[in-house]
Order: sequence, then structure tokens, then C-alpha cells
Amino acid sequence: MLPEKISFDYSIPKTLLIKLNGDWRISAGFLSESTVTSELASHPDIRQINLIASQDLRWDSGLISFLLKLVRECVQKDIQVVRQELPQEAQKLLALALKVDKKSISSGVAAIVEAKKNSRLLSHPNNPDPVVSESFLERFGQKALEITESLRLEIDFLGDLAVCFGRLIRGKSYFRWDDFLLIVKRCGVDTLLLVSLISLLVGMILAFVGSIQLKMFGAQIFIAYIVGIAMVRVLSAVMTGIIMSGRIGASFAAELGMMQTNEEIDALKTLGVSPVEFLVVPRVLAVVIMMPILTIYADLMGVLGGFLISVGMLHLNPVEYLNLTQKAVKLNYVWVGLIHGFVFGVIVAVAGCLRGMQCERNAAGVGVATTSAVVTGITGIVVATAIITFICQVLGV
Amino acid sequence: MDHLMRPVIEVRNLDLGYGDYVVMHDLNFSVDKGNIFIVMGVNGCGKSTLLKSLIGLKPPEKGEVLYSGKSFWDENEIGQQKIMRRFGVLYQNGALWSSLTIQENVALPLQLYTKLSSRQIQEVVSLKLSLVGLDGFGDSFPSGISGGMRKRASLARAIALDPDIIFFDEPSSGLDPINARKLDDLILELRDVSGATIVIVTHELASIFAVGDNSVFLDAESKTMIATGEPKALLANSKDPRVIQFLTRGAEASLPGQQAGSLNHE
Repeated sequence: MLPEKISFDYSIPKTLLIKLNGDWRISAGFLSESTVTSELASHPDIRQINLIASQDLRWDSGLISFLLKLVRECVQKDIQVVRQELPQEAQKLLALALKVDKKSISSGVAAIVEAKKNSRLLSHPNNPDPVVSESFLERFGQKALEITESLRLEIDFLGDLAVCFGRLIRGKSYFRWDDFLLIVKRCGVDTLLLVSLISLLVGMILAFVGSIQLKMFGAQIFIAYIVGIAMVRVLSAVMTGIIMSGRIGASFAAELGMMQTNEEIDALKTLGVSPVEFLVVPRVLAVVIMMPILTIYADLMGVLGGFLISVGMLHLNPVEYLNLTQKAVKLNYVWVGLIHGFVFGVIVAVAGCLRGMQCERNAAGVGVATTSAVVTGITGIVVATAIITFICQVLGV
Repeated sequence: MDHLMRPVIEVRNLDLGYGDYVVMHDLNFSVDKGNIFIVMGVNGCGKSTLLKSLIGLKPPEKGEVLYSGKSFWDENEIGQQKIMRRFGVLYQNGALWSSLTIQENVALPLQLYTKLSSRQIQEVVSLKLSLVGLDGFGDSFPSGISGGMRKRASLARAIALDPDIIFFDEPSSGLDPINARKLDDLILELRDVSGATIVIVTHELASIFAVGDNSVFLDAESKTMIATGEPKALLANSKDPRVIQFLTRGAEASLPGQQAGSLNHE
């Protein structure tokens, strides 16, 4: 590779002639400047380098990048670089790169450094020397402060939300019914198909899995108990909550995040309108109302799924199956399911809106907010399920 | 008489920053009633941060912003909202509420802060849309109109409550020269007919010279204001090379692309 691209000539005293041949384009790969610097190291008397382009030289930024590094190296060693025999365009580009380079070092970077220094001096008049590297303890402390700040903002948001709901109840808040009904439609009608499919399949899966064990005791009819109790108490609400988190929570975060990016939320603030009151309250209310309704619907679909498998594939008596389901599902279980639904609705809506309101003002921020809303929502659902189950166990429900 | 002569906006010893990072310090200027005041400076110098502090979105680190003698940041929430009701703000990207039609966007401030019937609100909205040349577009959503129209719709919303102070954040950004000029003309007309005080944050030289009665120049390096005065007078009289370079578009600078030519040579 070396003889093809570059060759050295020492025929003139104290001068190194570098002849550049062949393909110097980016696609052909870079040659390290150390190829030249090692030559210079072995000939310390060299005071000048003459760059010569051969006829077959093909070049683009690859050559300029190599030459730039070489020239910088030579400037440091006080070696003159003669570039007159390079192609004219290459000379211009190199001169431009060196000019920008010099400018950025002399003015731009220096100005930024100076400005930063000034700003630090202004912030810390007695401590102008900033800490360069952070120790583990400092990083730990920094992280702890970040978490505390984030918690403070979350509590602040929940407080705002509570105040706005208080104003809504007292009839003092500005509430747009059109927006609310639109969100209700999105949470309800638009989600129905997905809830139907998932709940039906979960009911079917439960019936299948239950039948494997119950078959051994000849007690397959008790599949009705397994499907009925599991779906009504927890599973319908959990599955609906997860669907809502992925669908509605994420969309809330994306919407509010985009509104944050587009300064729409700032526009509300300068109008003296609380963004929580205007944007968050209708969303939370819509989800909180729709979640229990969807949970009841998912209960029915889950039982239907179990029924279809039990009657269609396991050949159980349909009337007996429905009777046993009715016997298994007590009213208390329905209430437990509804409470799950209500709590999950609050978690999903608050997580989506909170992440949207906290969104950074760029496209990546919207992506992060959306992901974070779903993760927070699902984690919240699982934690809440555990807590509610524990409370029900203690209360004997 | 003294009250009448008092500036509408006074900025005193204002320091702006984000935590430890200082964006601007020692800002002192005032805006007289009915003036078009320009806040100018290069990208990233802190113009928008200053605007946020003026319109109540970001508290300063130090100093005061006074509106007709009342210190905004010393007021309680109700007092601040009362002052904010005197503002109209046109944001850089329009910031129209995307889920509402243009008409609903302009109507919202009226629904919130007036006791007008919906028919009367409709009439006022129609008037405001006519003033900005958007009559007939009321039923469109912000996503369905052009960037220039969005700006004008946003202006209609900003003037919905006949504010006595209107803030513009980079009004010409994203507009072609003709629409930018039209917006400048609209700003001048608006000031002339309503007597409103206008504050414009911009770095568009054409707009600065076309509409500015007074201005302040923010410098990114020294992180403070380095000049104040009528833009044309600043161009003619300023001795500061940073101000002159800005107001002449850095006349001595050349474009790198023109010198460089093509990058691929076979």
C-alpha cells in the first residue's frame, strides 16, 4: 500500500519531497500521518517538506484530512510545508481548513472558554476553579439530588392535579367537554377491539392451562371457577391496564411532549391557564371513567373465551359451565376488579401526562417521554396489583 | 404626569441563568409606551431566555422586571396573572393549540376572560382574523395551513384581548422574504392603530431596521448588553465592532463553500 500512495525523496538537503500518488479518497481508506512523522524522526535535519501531486492522484476529503494532520504536526516541529505543487482546489481547501482551525483556536474556543470562565466566576465569585473530575461520592450525591428533584416535580404535579380536580368539582375550572368526549372515544370505542381480542385470548389460555391439571382429577368443569375468578378479580383489569398504558398512556405522553416542544404549553401559561387544568384533567378523567367500564367488558370477553374452549373443545355442558361461573364470581370479586381498573386508570393517565409534561423540547425527548410513560405505567400496574392483592388478602375479600 | 411618562417595561439589574450557568447579567433597559423595541443578538446569546423572563415563564436569578412600575416577579400568582393578561405573545413557531381550529384558538382567551356571548365572541374572532388577513380560514386546523398563515393566526390569538404589550419571538423565522415583510408591515400597522407597546426578539436585520424604534444588543461573549438605541442610529454611530459586525451581517466574512468548490476530484 505504501509505495502506491506516498513516496519520499531526500535528494535536496534539509528538504523532504513527498510525492502523493493514486487513490486518496475516503473510500480508499486513510493513511496515518505517522507514516510521515516516523520519516521525520529518522531525519531530524529536515526543515522543509515539499508536497507534490502526481498526475494520477485522485482525492477528496480523505487527502485533506491527512494533510491537515501533517501540517499541524509540522507547525509544532517548526517545519515549513510547501503546498504549491498540490492541485489548486486542494490547496484552497487546506488553507480554508487551516484558517478555520486557527480561528477556532484563537477566537471561538478561547471565547467560549473565557465565557464559561466568566459565567463560573459570576456564579461562584469565591471559587473560580471548577472541579474537573467528579469522584464516586460526588456522582452519587448528584444522582441523589436529581432523584430528589424529580420526586419533588412529581409530587408538585400530583398536587397541581388534586387542586385542579378540586376546582373542577367546585365548578370553577375551565373544562372543554369536546376534548373530554374525544378522549373518552379514544379510550373506549377505539380500544374496544384490542381489549376484546386480548381478553378473549387470555380467557382461552386460562381454560386450556386449567384443563391440563383438572383433567387428571376428572374435574374439568371447574375450569369455570378458574377462568371466572381470575378474570374478574385481577386479570381483566391488568390486561386492560397494560393495553391502555401502551395505547393511551403513550399517546398522552407523545401529545403533551409535542405540545411542550411546540411551545403550546407555554402559550397556555402566558394566557394564565393552568396546563394541568386544561390538558391533564380531561385526560385523567376520561381514562379513570373508561377503565372500570372496559374492565367489566374484558371480564365478559374473558369468560366468553373460557366458555368457547370449554364447550367447543373440551365438550363440557354449556349450561353447567355458565351456572358454575355465576356461582364462582361473587359480587365482591367484581368490586375488586373495578377497584383494580380504577387504580390502573389513574396510574396510566397520570404516568402518560406526567412524562409528557416533563418532556424535553426535542424529538428525542418525545421518544423518551413515550417510552418512560409506558414503563412507568406498566411498573405501576404491577406494583399496584401486588398492593391491592395484599390488602384484599388481609381484609379477607 | 410622571405616571404617564413612566416606561411600560423596565428591566433592572437582571441576571438570567440555568442553575450555575449564567446566560446574561446586568441587563438594564426600558421600553416606552407605543414603541417597537428590538432585543437583538447572535444565536444562543440569551434573547429567548430574556423573553421567557419578560413574559413570566422563567424567573430571573436576580433583578427586576417592572410593568408600569409593578415588579412582576415580586407579585403573587394572582398579581402575576393580572399583569400577564396585559400580554399577547407570538411564539416562534406560532404555538397554536393543535387540537383546536384557528377560530377556537383565537376564541379561547375571549372565553376565558370576557363575559361575551358565544355569538359576540364569534364576531370578535372574525374581526381579529380579518385584521391578520385570515378571514375564511377559521375552521382550518393549524396543521392544515402554511407557516406564514400559522404566524398570522397566532398573531390574531395574541391580539384577541387587545393587549397593551405584544411580544414577538423571532417573528420572521421560517418565513420567505415577502411574507416576512408582510408581517413587519402588520406589526407596524398594529402598533399604529392600537398604540400597543411591542417587544420583538429577533436577529433578522431587515425586520430590525424596518420596524425598530429602539433596541438592546445582547453580546454572547461578555454575557450582557453592550448597546442600546435606535437600530439605524446604532449602525451609524456605534464604535463597538461586535455591534457593527452584527448590523452589517459580518460584511468582511466570506462563505467557505464558495472558496472550496467540489470535494471530489478524479
